[in-house]
Amino acid sequence: MKRIEEIELPGELRYSPDHEWVRQEDGLARVGLTDYAQDQLGDIVYVELPAVGIHIAQGVVFATVESVKSVSECFMPLAGEIAAVNGPLADNPVLLNQSPYGDGWMVLVKPDDPAAVSQLLTAEAYLTRLKGGV
Amino acid sequence: MSESLGTTGLILNEPLLWERGKKGRCGFSMPPGDVPPSPLPVELTGDGPDFPDLSEIEVVRHYTRLSTWNFGVDTGIYPLGSCTMKYNPKINEKLAGLRGFTAAHPLLPSFLSQGALQLMFNLELFLAEITGLDATTLQPAAGAQGELTGMLIVHAWHRSRGKQRTKILIPDTAHGTNPSSAALCGYAPVPVPSGPDGILIPEIVAGLMDGETAGIMITNPNTLGLFEENIREIARIVHDLGGLVYGDGANMNAVLGVVKPGATGVDILHLNLHKTFSTPHGGGGPGAGPVAVRKDLARFLPVPRVIEKKGIYHFSEDFPDSIGRFLAFHGHFGVLLRAYAYILSMGPDGLKKASRLAVLNANYVQARLKDVLHTPYDRPCMHECVFSDRNQQEAGITTMEMAKRLMDYGYHPPTIYFPLVVHDAIMIEPTETETKEDLDGFIEAFRSVVREAEENPGVIRDAPALCKVRRLDETAAARNPCLTG
Amino acid sequence: MRYLPHTDEDIAAMLNVVGLKDLNDLFAVVPGDCRFGGALQLPKAMSEWSLEEHVGRLAGRMAVSPEYSLFLGAGSYDHYIPATVSSLLGRSEFVTSYTPYQPEMLQGTLQGIYEYQTLAARLLGMEVATASHYDGATALAEALLMAVRITGRKKVALSRAIHPHYRQVVRTYFAPTGYELREIPYLETGLTDLARLEEIRDLAAVALQSPNFFGCIENLQAAAERAHSGGALLVSGFTEALAFGLLKSPGNQGADIVAGEGQSLGIPRSFGGPALGMLASRKRYMRSLPGRLVGQTKDRDGKRGFVLTLATREQHIRRENATSNICSNNSLCALAAAMYMASLGGTGIRELASLNHDKAEYLKNALRDAGCPIRFSSPTFNEFVVGLPGGFDARYRRLLDRKIVAGLPLGAYYPELADHGLLCVTETFSKEEMDRLIKEVSA
Repeated sequence: MKRIEEIELPGELRYSPDHEWVRQEDGLARVGLTDYAQDQLGDIVYVELPAVGIHIAQGVVFATVESVKSVSECFMPLAGEIAAVNGPLADNPVLLNQSPYGDGWMVLVKPDDPAAVSQLLTAEAYLTRLKGGV
Repeated sequence: MSESLGTTGLILNEPLLWERGKKGRCGFSMPPGDVPPSPLPVELTGDGPDFPDLSEIEVVRHYTRLSTWNFGVDTGIYPLGSCTMKYNPKINEKLAGLRGFTAAHPLLPSFLSQGALQLMFNLELFLAEITGLDATTLQPAAGAQGELTGMLIVHAWHRSRGKQRTKILIPDTAHGTNPSSAALCGYAPVPVPSGPDGILIPEIVAGLMDGETAGIMITNPNTLGLFEENIREIARIVHDLGGLVYGDGANMNAVLGVVKPGATGVDILHLNLHKTFSTPHGGGGPGAGPVAVRKDLARFLPVPRVIEKKGIYHFSEDFPDSIGRFLAFHGHFGVLLRAYAYILSMGPDGLKKASRLAVLNANYVQARLKDVLHTPYDRPCMHECVFSDRNQQEAGITTMEMAKRLMDYGYHPPTIYFPLVVHDAIMIEPTETETKEDLDGFIEAFRSVVREAEENPGVIRDAPALCKVRRLDETAAARNPCLTG
Repeated sequence: MRYLPHTDEDIAAMLNVVGLKDLNDLFAVVPGDCRFGGALQLPKAMSEWSLEEHVGRLAGRMAVSPEYSLFLGAGSYDHYIPATVSSLLGRSEFVTSYTPYQPEMLQGTLQGIYEYQTLAARLLGMEVATASHYDGATALAEALLMAVRITGRKKVALSRAIHPHYRQVVRTYFAPTGYELREIPYLETGLTDLARLEEIRDLAAVALQSPNFFGCIENLQAAAERAHSGGALLVSGFTEALAFGLLKSPGNQGADIVAGEGQSLGIPRSFGGPALGMLASRKRYMRSLPGRLVGQTKDRDGKRGFVLTLATREQHIRRENATSNICSNNSLCALAAAMYMASLGGTGIRELASLNHDKAEYLKNALRDAGCPIRFSSPTFNEFVVGLPGGFDARYRRLLDRKIVAGLPLGAYYPELADHGLLCVTETFSKEEMDRLIKEVSA
């Protein structure tokens, strides 16, 4: 597993304490798992994504990610409607390991409150949390 | 013993069944047709399955070779915590093969099945006596089905008292079947954290127990191999608020003739015949999970039940409060028979001695490995002991890797990564049927692996080296499942 | 006691290492009020020889062939089991091994079960089969719960022509769920009344058994069309696996999930258990399957090997969110079935199934000619419902005195079929034995 210094954390993204990242794209929010999360999970074998069109509140499970011996739940960093899901992830879960911020994205959300993104952690704040600070 | 138990030998490859054979071969002695042929209407007739055609010798060679790739209790120690891999007596196999039983139809009129019915009736009494409870069902086909039976009895009991409850307390050390069985029954599992000593604390249970909680599921000794010393107090707390105590009897091998769960406040208990009572594991089953209950819960037991009237045994479904039927027929009779034979072979003194020696063996292993393996609960254990890989972390060697390396020494690894309360757990249950010499061999092998972790970690990372296959790619198997050939 | 190898010397040496004086000290941690101080009230230990005598006497008090003629099926069937199967299955490497969680040491079981999964899928005409379940009844219950998970609907329709005990087990499993169970009646032909499905909406599944409890071969194709047109899955059950050596497979007729009993495939009746629950489905439902699955993979050197896979469906990982609480499977029984199917082969199973059918038809026709009403007109396999001259129950009792069990009296299961019985014939019945029944019935 990577050391904290080796974890990739793009500066322009926002992060949730549950290890999701959010990128603002024209009023929509693209969501995925951070490099730290994919590294901790190990080889991902299956990703279960929600249906398009449903609304999920903040903090509620929107997806599950499976490695060989574990299942992890992913929690919505902000409330909203699922506008799109990353179809290729179903046949190619390895994308999440290889490109967590790129081709391994999980869902595209239409946020209830566009301002909610700015309430998430910056890259520095998330890194501080990973290091054990508050 | 200077020579390693694990060694090389000539083991043969063997292809898949359908990679063998030739059309027209047959390994079956076809009985002659002595009646006129009577073809089925064409629209109902199929082409028949695409099976390979094999001669008898091909079938024999195939499975004989496959068997040489397997490690059984008969091969060597299987120190799997929570599994009780004790010796499977051969006389039990012989008795299970008696034609009077193998050819018996389950739906014969009672007077034509008195042998089997008497056996079941008596086995029920034996298990009630051993558990300190009053009535038994032999129907559940496995521990998990026994748990479901128990949960449904809890559910039925609460319904009979006019109020259905929604939650159930489950210790964080519980086996995964506990919460899944509870959930199947509509109960939301409420985790109960164990205390720093690894056992449940009454105050914590009291804080969680309320009028919405149906009861508690307790394993005693628990999956850390520790006796739940506060069980009577905990049972009182649960009972006082109208709940029931369900016992998971998977670890009964520690306390036969020493503790009767019924006397500690347990209301319902399932047993695993394939653990405590020596029936073979068969590569994953079949097992059996009988359930014993307190007298006033007997009316909820599954049907059919075995009853006795004037010395004649019958099946009866005349129990209106029963939770229902769990199997097409009466249970895994072949497994029940083996357990019955085991109990009669051991007798009351033998069973008690078995538990005492099981606990001795586990404490001996713990005493001789605790200086090299991290021991999260450094206190006397019962029939199993738990370690972790913390001492090997600096060398970068994990529980899993040490387990794989043990194979090269000729030992099946212990249970790993369970219970979940211990990070990277290694759980060892030797059982009472292992000799001191074999235990010493296992201990020496583990000590060698620990030494290799310091001095030669590469050999551990490459393990196993001597098995039929090297480390298998489980990720690929899960990403692209190939489940049929 | 020969299973307990410790000598007094061993015990003393080990106690010394542990730092205790006495075996009793090992239980010091058990509080006094939990301790049982007495002796268990059980029979004294028996020697191997007394035990064999005792159990032998119990076995002697069972009615089995050839002393008795048991024309009895109803979910448990008498078929010849080759000596090869019994012999190979007795190999202790198969019998005494554990679940293959450490696959490198258990490739024998893993390849064996992978082969079983493959043959089972081919037998049933499906794409994926599990590593087995407890029996046909629990497999059916699991299949229906699976259909509920897949469709999200909470109602299931069950044919009344499914084995009564199977329906009871389904009810037991459904009781705590709140899901609705609807029963579909059968017609005078002995087949399920599929037209009744018109009246029921929002089904997760339609469940039939074929051949059904009466031995009648259902029209699964029609059932599949009805089910699918309503957005439901077709769950097809069975109790006599050998039938598919001859009959069109459920998979070939549109079934989505198939669940039934494999005891006919090389497993002795053994008073009803252990048995073999078989469960198979289309590949697209793979992740909703309960129970163990073996998959093929490669090892580090690129060699083919097998592992348990898709474990994240199971209880030891998902705990309360698992597809089922099932932990063990009936692995040894599945292996027996694979050995049996391997011994029979594709050519053999067809021949044997045809022979079974011929024998049952012979008895059916002979009984009809002897004046016994054959209740249902539909084609049957191995079993059929019949009345006997002078009334079934009375005649059945008289035949018992002649050591003939003339099937299963049906009054207790289907009141409308009181005074009828379900008779079964397999390849193990000779023409002579059947002729004897005809003679006794005609007398």
